[in-house]
Amino acid sequence: MPDILSAPLVVEFPFTRSLGPVQSAFLTGLRERTVLGVRTSDGSVLVPPVEYDPKTAEEIRDLVEVAPTGTVTTWAWNPAPRRGQPLATPFAWVLVRLDGADSALLHALDAPGPDAVRTGMAVRIRWAAERTGAITDIACFEPGEGQPDTRARPHSGQFAEAVTGITAPARLDYTYSPGRAQTRYLDALAGHRTIGERCPACRKVYVPPRGACPTCGVPTDEQTEVGPKGTVTTFCIVNIKAKNLDIEVPYVYAHIALDGADLALHGRIAGIPADKVRMGLRVEPVWAEDGRYPDHYRPTGEPDADYDSYKELL
Amino acid sequence: MTRDQRYPREIAIVAFAQTDHTRSSAELSEVEMLMPVLRQVLGQTGLHTGEIDFTCSGSSDYLAGRAFSFTMALDGVGAWPPISESHVEMDGAWALYEAWVKILTGEAETALVYAFGKSSPGELRDVLSRQLDPYYVAPLWPDSVALAALQARTLIDAGETDERALAGIAARSRTAAQDNPHAQLRGSAAPDVLLEADHLVQPLRIHDTPPVSDGAAAVVLAAGDTARRLTDRPAWILGLDHRIEAHSLGVRDLTDSPSTRLAAERAGLFETGVDTAELHAPFTAQEIVLRKALRLDDTVRINPSGGALAANPVMAAGLIRLGEAAARISRGDSDRAVAHATSGPCLQQNLVAVLEGEAQ
Repeated sequence: MPDILSAPLVVEFPFTRSLGPVQSAFLTGLRERTVLGVRTSDGSVLVPPVEYDPKTAEEIRDLVEVAPTGTVTTWAWNPAPRRGQPLATPFAWVLVRLDGADSALLHALDAPGPDAVRTGMAVRIRWAAERTGAITDIACFEPGEGQPDTRARPHSGQFAEAVTGITAPARLDYTYSPGRAQTRYLDALAGHRTIGERCPACRKVYVPPRGACPTCGVPTDEQTEVGPKGTVTTFCIVNIKAKNLDIEVPYVYAHIALDGADLALHGRIAGIPADKVRMGLRVEPVWAEDGRYPDHYRPTGEPDADYDSYKELL
Repeated sequence: MTRDQRYPREIAIVAFAQTDHTRSSAELSEVEMLMPVLRQVLGQTGLHTGEIDFTCSGSSDYLAGRAFSFTMALDGVGAWPPISESHVEMDGAWALYEAWVKILTGEAETALVYAFGKSSPGELRDVLSRQLDPYYVAPLWPDSVALAALQARTLIDAGETDERALAGIAARSRTAAQDNPHAQLRGSAAPDVLLEADHLVQPLRIHDTPPVSDGAAAVVLAAGDTARRLTDRPAWILGLDHRIEAHSLGVRDLTDSPSTRLAAERAGLFETGVDTAELHAPFTAQEIVLRKALRLDDTVRINPSGGALAANPVMAAGLIRLGEAAARISRGDSDRAVAHATSGPCLQQNLVAVLEGEAQ
């Protein structure tokens, strides 16, 4: 058994999210150093604000302003900040009930050490130098005297140039490993051989193999070499150039049943005008120099395969 | 019918299987990890994949870092010719709930439920932060251990526990796991020794947190006489319910779990006694919250499997609680058990099942 392949895999997604009226007012307010909450029908003030009452599901729009000072309701000392977290130096995660609010906001507290933090301590917002209308406009909290008698004051929620959306970038890093069956397949491909796996129950040969027969639900662990030649079972002509793809249009993308395989795989057909490609066309792989997989397939020049020989693979 | 008439049909867990959970299963693809478990659970009943009426799974694409990763696993259940199948992007306990409803409606007689999670490819603490509110919370990247630590602090401040008691929960769980060949962490140092370690996120130390695990599990459900035919002692589902809390942590009382209490009430837990509880408490302090919400006293055996502190394959750990409880009933080690599963940060969503075996 060769070593299992693995490779870094980075998933990044810059989600663009639209804001409803309440979230828009709250995040625009942060940009203007103003903290807004929302009042529920029972008179509680929720900060951060939501658009529907968590108890009654009633729509709530009654915006109020609360103080930039508050009280820690719980905390956790984080000695090793992780990527993306608000502070790069050790800090406390805190839930803070701002003065005038009845619910708490999650954020970071800048403090010299865990001994300097306690539940009930007074804190105030440290604003970010550059603010865009995001929760990170609060850089963090810092120790500071509160204004415990503060009451929430009505606020229109109106600001010039309201923020109506946020972009929430996220990046996650993985080490991807394809497992045993696909490692065997990829290693063979690197040697310009194509390996399928046979189901012990139905005897079908799957290419590429994933270690299981999707019909029988049993492991497919008998390897068998297939191809290199194969038959086009169906195809399409691509006329739209994909971004970052260095292939001239039109080109042909096809399902190819390699000889000996019971499942067609995907591949590009070249070396023949797009409008001459047909079902039954016999093709063979063309390997790019140092390629770990076929770059494309080209006609072999053999007579076309009979329809009956591949109709089960359509 | 021998069960009470809470539901229109009797439904039982008739088989359960799980992997040996490990820190990394990099040598196996998800379907390769899952397949032996599927074969084992079906083997216990003598059923073939084609004889199962409904299949439902729980997993998360974020663990794999790939869209629709669950479709790859479908190869393991023989999805051709077409089968009746569904998937939840949650712990497999919720897939079991869907399958149970499917059988209750009379649309199925048997169901296969499976769940899998490989935490090893990514940084689990970061990955789980992507399930948080994307407007106010996720941009701060609070990780799963940090959020659990906030909950632990509220409990300590409220006088409901302390760091020594939490170490006791860790030690008891992992000592119990010595009898569980599938567990990842088996055995523990004494609480006093555990307390000598540095904090991971204060007030939590490494022993207060679950291992990062890869693993899979599967369960077979069956109705009435089919269940009796498939196994000697079915673990009948007396009641099953799940509830959710408000998503904003700052509006919740983190020392309590009203959603667990309500689910337990609807599942009938408070009408019957239980001798065993399998609680899905990945962090030590969460066991305190769950014991209170479920009103479990010292006569109830808590997490004889070791629980999620001994193995925590994300998306499967909750289904495993139901499976472990059912297996104890099937073996005759328990007559009535409660199983709990959670999903989301700080016990956000909670599922409670009450299981019972027929008189021996």
